[in-house]
Amino acid sequence: MTTTTAADRIKREISDNPVLLYMKGTPVFPQCGFSARVVQILTTLGVKFKGIDVLADPDIRQGIKDFSNWPTIPQLYVKGEFVGGCDIVSEMFESGELKKVLADKGVATKG
Amino acid sequence: MALDEATIEKLIKAGLPDARITIAALADDNDHWSAQVISAAFKGKSRVQQHQMVYRALGTRMGNELHALALQTGVPEE
Repeated sequence: MTTTTAADRIKREISDNPVLLYMKGTPVFPQCGFSARVVQILTTLGVKFKGIDVLADPDIRQGIKDFSNWPTIPQLYVKGEFVGGCDIVSEMFESGELKKVLADKGVATKG
Repeated sequence: MALDEATIEKLIKAGLPDARITIAALADDNDHWSAQVISAAFKGKSRVQQHQMVYRALGTRMGNELHALALQTGVPEE
């Protein structure tokens, strides 16, 4: 069944990548302003992350929404945990909380 | 396709009756909105859970008819 496959692939990606962003487009060419905003934040913090383009795979695009019970893209995962979408990540970045969460989880940031 | 301001507010209110909702347009297309939702039901919940409660109120519309809703949630000040 395709849905099982998508969920399995998502679980594997999330456990294999300490910082993982499901997004529209790629980190170099984001195709949505909200995805671009999160890429910009991670780049500003100097965080190494992997981006997965949901536009390239309809199964993953729907699968990730079911997985997290979250209806929108982008979605940021740190060390296997769903951190939030663009609004939450932006809010956490502005308050300095994001940097703290990353540090607490052992993810290197710049400065 | 798009959802108007009054419909968004009505849907959120139906799910979170005590909510104080402020909706603003992000673009002039009836499709990109920002909403601030303040509700006592958010108490003790993480931000992810708070947003999920609003999304639940909006049902399947979020990500479909409603393309973009920038959300800010919080609990009322004591």
